[in-house]
Amino acid sequence: MTATQTFSQRLVNAVRRLPLDMTIVAPLLALIVLLIASSLASEYFLNTRNLTNILRQVSYTGIIAIGVTFVIIGGGIDLSVGSMVALVGVLLLFVLNAVGDPVLAVMVGMSAALVVGALFGLVNGLLVTRGRIAAFIATLATMSIYRSLALYLTDAGEVVSNNDIFPDIGGGYWLGIPIPVWAFFALALVGHVLLFHTPYGRHLCAVGSNEQVARYSGIRVRTVVLLSFIIAGVCVGLAAIMLSSRLNSISPSDAGVLYELDAIAAVVIGGTSLAGGRGSIWGTVIGALILGIINNMLNLLGVSPYLQGLVKGAVILIAVLMQYKRSQ
Amino acid sequence: MTDAPIRLHGLGKRFGPVTVLRDINLDIHPGEVLGILGENGAGKSTLLKLISGVYQPSVGQIEIDGRRYDRLDPIRARQLGIAMIPQEFNLVPTLSVYENVYLGQELRRKGWLNHKQMREETARVLASLDCDLDPRAPIAALSVAEKQMVEVARVLVNDARVVILDEPTTVLTDREVEVLFKVVRALQKRGVAVLFISHKLKEVKNLCQRLLILRDGSPVELCDTANLDEEAMARKMVGRELSQVYPDKGQPQTEVALSVAGLSVAGQIDDVSFDLRRGEILGLSGLVGSGRTEIAEAIMGLRQRSAGAIHMNGKACDIRSPSDAHQQGLAYLSEDRQGRGLVMNFNLIENMTLLSLQRYVTGLISHRRERERAEHYQQAFNIRAASLKSPVGQLSGGNQQKVYLAKLLDIEPSILMLDEPTRGIDVGTKREIYRLIRQLADEGRAVLVISSELEEIIGLCDRVLVVREGRIAAELSDAQINEEDIMLYAAGARERTPAGVHS
Ligand SMILES: Nc1ncnc2c1ncn2[C@@H]1O[C@H](COP(=O)(O)OP(=O)(O)OP(=O)(O)O)[C@@H](O)[C@H]1O
Ligand SMILES: [Mg+2]
Repeated sequence: MTATQTFSQRLVNAVRRLPLDMTIVAPLLALIVLLIASSLASEYFLNTRNLTNILRQVSYTGIIAIGVTFVIIGGGIDLSVGSMVALVGVLLLFVLNAVGDPVLAVMVGMSAALVVGALFGLVNGLLVTRGRIAAFIATLATMSIYRSLALYLTDAGEVVSNNDIFPDIGGGYWLGIPIPVWAFFALALVGHVLLFHTPYGRHLCAVGSNEQVARYSGIRVRTVVLLSFIIAGVCVGLAAIMLSSRLNSISPSDAGVLYELDAIAAVVIGGTSLAGGRGSIWGTVIGALILGIINNMLNLLGVSPYLQGLVKGAVILIAVLMQYKRSQ
Repeated sequence: MTDAPIRLHGLGKRFGPVTVLRDINLDIHPGEVLGILGENGAGKSTLLKLISGVYQPSVGQIEIDGRRYDRLDPIRARQLGIAMIPQEFNLVPTLSVYENVYLGQELRRKGWLNHKQMREETARVLASLDCDLDPRAPIAALSVAEKQMVEVARVLVNDARVVILDEPTTVLTDREVEVLFKVVRALQKRGVAVLFISHKLKEVKNLCQRLLILRDGSPVELCDTANLDEEAMARKMVGRELSQVYPDKGQPQTEVALSVAGLSVAGQIDDVSFDLRRGEILGLSGLVGSGRTEIAEAIMGLRQRSAGAIHMNGKACDIRSPSDAHQQGLAYLSEDRQGRGLVMNFNLIENMTLLSLQRYVTGLISHRRERERAEHYQQAFNIRAASLKSPVGQLSGGNQQKVYLAKLLDIEPSILMLDEPTRGIDVGTKREIYRLIRQLADEGRAVLVISSELEEIIGLCDRVLVVREGRIAAELSDAQINEEDIMLYAAGARERTPAGVHS
């Protein structure tokens, strides 16, 4: 009895000593359990191609989820990211097809995607900070607006790129790993550094936790919140680049549909509080991976696609309940 | 002893590995006022939260009417007649006064909420407290003292047999304290037992019949108040002799650090002018609601100034936000540390460096240097916390206040405006803080102290401004700084006289 106690005690202490935020320990354990269970449940799971596929699938919503993490930590929410993917993707392909030189076209197109993403984020942020509209409502409105613009600009038809090297970005590999996955992990690293090692990250947490305290502490609350929406927009830009170049086209009606919910789900599963004030980028990465693996397993096991939403919903509920228990 | 409605049997509380309270055996008799004394973090609030069901005991039991309970929850405790006014208020800011008073115990008529009766009852109870608050006013618009009156009203509409008051007087002026004490004595006459925590020993002496003294979570003594004077109380509580609470007065320099001329905020303050000199501790006294906080906030750029000029060190300054002020070396400690001062889910380190974060940045934040700085403050101010990484929300009230002071001092301001700087701080530490403030002044900084505690104003300040209805009603120095004069000006019983001439 005492022996097991000291062992579990020691285990807890050992985990505590790791350079980990305690908030991501629970999602990390869940991920490990899920990995073990999946490899036992299906022999194909550990197949390199399968794993690569999961990672690639996860990276598109994962990139967006990292941006959304910032918004949520600042006390906001962004429902428009899914529509924004479609609109940015459409604009990106327009630019790409308009420039003659293929290399130049790719460079201009990608920069345009990031800038346009930032601009749409800026619009969201201005509505929230200057217009004083609740983030939920403001981005619900822009979700509708961005999607509608994408459909209008394309007459609801798919836009196809006529650039030869563009598909190499989203479809390419480096060291055997798809480029979108590299982008995802690199972004996570940058996001983590921004959140935990710069004054901006600290200020964002303060604002999300208590706006008044932040104001009295001389923090420019509106600027901080505005920036969080811009960060989300830039992330959407990056996701749009990866997605449209992988397909070498974009469909204004299908691209990014329900991405906002997947992104929010990843954030929540990763242990970031929807109430704002604290959160973790690695948690979000883990959350996105968990969602991706579950999706993959359900497919491998031949579970009806109609039931997959049920499983996803259950996972979200369990994650939130665990957080609630922990905060008690 | 059948008349003991509540007995505590070996009550104790642990948070994780840390024991914060142990071995509490105590009978609480009807009609008594029992004081609980102890330093910051001694476990006073924790004990009361166990009794009121906010926390569950780790060991021990609570006996009520002969039944022993291993644990209570707030609803059960309230049904058993235990009512608590917490140290940190528990009001819903978006609801009105009467809705808060009846929150969770709404009056109904045929299943529907009976708003009219709730409003009338609330008005009646508030009137009995000499408080003319509108029951319909939203909580968000109330001052701290008014919020407390709402908490008191909430207890009074219940038929409580034990009323728990955790530092109720820290937010009140002397006059409001008198009203509260009248209420407590009335409760006592009705056979209600009152548990009372305060760091103001005079009040404890005044109000309580018995005292429980806690040190580091353990009971050190249970005694009658009658045989104790304030000094003896302090000694038992701190465990050592405390000499001279207030430091000697200083020698203000002639150089003016902060000069305010004609400062006005529409509807709040009117034509306020004063000079604050280097090396000086200037007191700002007045009733709650007189506009003291508004003056400081207007200077900080937190309120829209309608008129007025501010000079710092002889230079005109346009301060539009706290960050402008911080850059100029002007810092403000708010009276509301929960709502304005500290980020409750940030740890000690993150709070202490929130204003001064840029100093720790070399490309990225240096967590090591932040930590070292925080360790320095923890030692200097004797801050008790499980770890520097604990969220400040888990600290005792007094220890939170120390973290807040550290946060301010970390930008090394040359001018400080401290609004109720010792709110909730125990006598021993108060003494340290007064010495710290005096030392800051002696180093050539200028300090403005806003306080509702007259004794503090008198003991600490070199010069005192009395504020009434948003104006400076009087400027007092030297022998003029005494309780009577300050009160007369503050209440408007005496008008301002031409410079220094006494009427
Ligand atoms: N939720 C919690 N988690 C961990 N530790 C806690 C928690 N609440 C209180 N503590 C610790 O328990 C100790 C006692 O706190 P308590 O609030 O009872 O002190 P107190 O005597 O009321 O002090 P003060 O005079 O400053 O209000 C403190 O060291 C505090 O850090
Ligand atoms: Mg306390």
